[in-house]
Amino acid sequence: MAGRVDVSWLVGGPQGSGVESAAGIFSGACASMGYHVFGKREFYSNIKGEHSYFVVRASSGEVRSNVSGADIMVAYDTETMLRHHADVRGGTIIYDSGMQKAMISDVATMDRDYAARLGAELAGAGRPEGVEGAVAAARGAGTAVHAVSFRAILSSLAEEAGNPRLRGMTRMFNVIGASLSMAALGIPEEATRAAIRRAFAAKPEVARLNEMAASRAYSAARSEVGRARATLAPRGGPREGTMLAQGYHGTAIGKIAAGCRFQSYYPITPASDESVYLESHVELGVAGSRPGSTLVVQCEDEISAIGMAIGSSIAGARSSTCTSGPGFSLMAECLGWAGINEVPLVITLYQRSGPATGLPTRHGQDDLLFAVHAGHGEFPRIVYASGDVEESFYDTARCFNYADVYQVPVIHMMDKYLASTILTCRRFEASRVSIDRGRLLTRRAGEGYRRFALGGDGISERARLGVEGAEFWCTGDEHDEAGHITEDPVVRAEMMRKRLSREGLALRAIPDAEQATLYGSGEIAIVSWGSTKGPILDALEEVRAGGGPEMRFVQVKMLHPFPASYVAHLLEGATTIVDVESNYTGQLGALFARSMGREPDHYILKYTGRAMTSTELAGALRRVAGGTAGRREVLTYGA
Amino acid sequence: MAPSLSDYKTGVHNDWCPGCGDFGILNAIQMSLAEMGVARHEAAIFSGIGCSGKTAHFVNVTGIHTLHGRVLPFAQGAALANPNMRIVAVGGDGDGLGIGAGHFVAAGRRNVNMAYIIFDNGVYGLTKGQASPTLKLGTKTKSLPSPNVNYNVNPVGLAVTSGFTFVARAYSYDVRQLKDIIKAAIAHEGLAFVDVLSPCPTYNDINTRDWYAGGGTGGGDGAERHSRIYRLEDEGYDPVVHFAGAGELNEKLGQALSRSLEWGERIPTGVFYHNETVTPYDGRIRDQIRNYAENPPALQAIESGGRATTDVSPMLDELAA
Repeated sequence: MAGRVDVSWLVGGPQGSGVESAAGIFSGACASMGYHVFGKREFYSNIKGEHSYFVVRASSGEVRSNVSGADIMVAYDTETMLRHHADVRGGTIIYDSGMQKAMISDVATMDRDYAARLGAELAGAGRPEGVEGAVAAARGAGTAVHAVSFRAILSSLAEEAGNPRLRGMTRMFNVIGASLSMAALGIPEEATRAAIRRAFAAKPEVARLNEMAASRAYSAARSEVGRARATLAPRGGPREGTMLAQGYHGTAIGKIAAGCRFQSYYPITPASDESVYLESHVELGVAGSRPGSTLVVQCEDEISAIGMAIGSSIAGARSSTCTSGPGFSLMAECLGWAGINEVPLVITLYQRSGPATGLPTRHGQDDLLFAVHAGHGEFPRIVYASGDVEESFYDTARCFNYADVYQVPVIHMMDKYLASTILTCRRFEASRVSIDRGRLLTRRAGEGYRRFALGGDGISERARLGVEGAEFWCTGDEHDEAGHITEDPVVRAEMMRKRLSREGLALRAIPDAEQATLYGSGEIAIVSWGSTKGPILDALEEVRAGGGPEMRFVQVKMLHPFPASYVAHLLEGATTIVDVESNYTGQLGALFARSMGREPDHYILKYTGRAMTSTELAGALRRVAGGTAGRREVLTYGA
Repeated sequence: MAPSLSDYKTGVHNDWCPGCGDFGILNAIQMSLAEMGVARHEAAIFSGIGCSGKTAHFVNVTGIHTLHGRVLPFAQGAALANPNMRIVAVGGDGDGLGIGAGHFVAAGRRNVNMAYIIFDNGVYGLTKGQASPTLKLGTKTKSLPSPNVNYNVNPVGLAVTSGFTFVARAYSYDVRQLKDIIKAAIAHEGLAFVDVLSPCPTYNDINTRDWYAGGGTGGGDGAERHSRIYRLEDEGYDPVVHFAGAGELNEKLGQALSRSLEWGERIPTGVFYHNETVTPYDGRIRDQIRNYAENPPALQAIESGGRATTDVSPMLDELAA
């Protein structure tokens, strides 16, 4: 990757101190200059005070993941300095000199185990167990460390503005820190100021003050920091048709485009952002029709959320709910009801680390087998996973079509990593979204309408509520063609065939290209699903660039029913199969083994609650290529 | 031709026990729909699980027999997606006030335009007579090994305090009053609740038809018996909130709550509380979605010739780099 500019930037601070705004300003400025951007946020389950950080990677080439480490870090609180100084090996650190004397023991928010490990590490190297030790350690690792008085910048701002109260406005430390680092990287001041104006567009006065603060920070950086080792030189301006999106924008805007008109939800991290986005964009323009709208209902629990979505779907609206693992657990019984009643429904499942409350704000891919099996009894469903934010827009529309055409619940797998990224991607193309409502009946039927009529391909006409002559019944009990309860063994067997044959039907009719995607070639083949796509693609490039072998990657998108024959086709000639996923047990590996009759040879797994970086993944893949990898390679990078 | 009562009956075999109070409720629902002239395709019965859950199969309008305790979420979802439908939710007291109690309270707060009828018999019939949430503390029905150890839920009181805007009680053997109350509940703008006392002849040998008729009152058989049930309207009770002032509101809520606690010798029926000064949920939605009533979720055009027609460019423009 010679000649490529690739800078990883890290900002951290207490939750609620504007870490996210700082990252938004940095990302916005980089995107406006024409860089590709990929960033992710890590945070505690907390409102204010716990450690939160953002790592953003800006590059002249496409980026799809984070790397291990950072080239530049800005720390305006002690915990960030202590936790992340070692991430910046040989790069640049800018920190607030006000924290110089702080010790680990002063940081009440740090996990005790973490504090103990860090203290032992510093003490072991004969360094003070505090910021001074961290500074010494960083310098020892070849990092340029600059102490800047953030307070002094505030004071000069107060003087310039003629407002002494600004001296105490420490809430602007985030923008001061971001601006110092952006100045050091060589980002033009105007690009930073424009990004600030955009970030605070709703509050012009706040924007004005922050712009002034940025300006003071730029002067301070000139005299006290100079140039960082990495730089982001001006480029030609924003790339045509590029968006700077947050992780949830793909499914949220995908739902709007796909015609989802009803979403019910119960608040849960990391899924709620999608619903809140829909709530803030309820009224919609519709070509050739009067304005439309999405009705978003906040429910009393996730049982109600899925129940309402089912009711709305029966009424005829494309309907959805969005949740995470704990909520999906509550939905299991209703999922079965939708299954036996052939109700189209999309459940967007933003996974996080479980079980129970688990790591509520951290990443995980631990719910694959649960999604495939959730609910008692046997009923048809489709489980579909997106690999990145851009895919998730188009996949959302596909999921609604699958639900309508096959009259089944569809579980669309997303995760925390995808939800909390900020990234540049190509503008979504709504013109590529097709809508197929399947056998939805909206006009008067002939005589003797029966909702669950047997025969044909097993998919019967589905009347929405309110169609004259097409009254129908649904029940969670086994039912006859009209929808009335039956316990007749013959009808039971016929209805089971009617419903379950749909999975085979879907597998045959859904184009291969929608079921799995092949990248690259080589005898070593990675199989994976969901958000590991980005780290895998970046790691493959890294391995190749380092002289390692070409490898192929099969991204399985349709996880249930499992596209065994197509995946087998994509794996022809592969000698080594490597399963990559963010869980302990290798859940795709289990599906793979039972569908393909062959176990993966290696599992590269991570279950710390932090997403894989391409760096650590590339390391494991090199071990596979070199024949030194174990059956399980477990990754652990990240604070 | 206007539909007749028989048009609202299906041919599905009714397997309730002989003498079950639920027959009266079923008849009253069918009569209400017929008398109101609700077209069959414009009504839907949503039901929970239990004996009462089968009601959806006996009424000849669309019937959605949901899960135990979940009738209200399903019904509200449908009512919100297509507010032109007349939605009637039905279920048992265990269904609505035990496993579904959280939904009961939340539904009251929403005040979605529909009716909810609880078939209240004090027992879980289909599982052979366990105590249900409305059975009184210390009561020992014949199917219980020992007296009920739980205090009872007060359905009318809970509805009133949860935000239901029409709250009534009826008795399944007084079909005429029951029918009039159900009609009023269906016509009500907002969420209406009807608690129907419905004797279970198989498992509840305490609150029997004979007991409601006065058995056990006055200390002996014969002339001294008097029905325990009386009508609120016969005592000049006015359930209606007329002006929505705080004083009047508190007075109406208070009297409803107070009457709901009467039990034993005198059991009130009729409308306890009726407040149309509270904006129903669909009215609240219209503050956000101006054409919600004319173009509700279930009836919107979302495609043309298989292509999506929703304009997402404003959202994409917001995100342009």
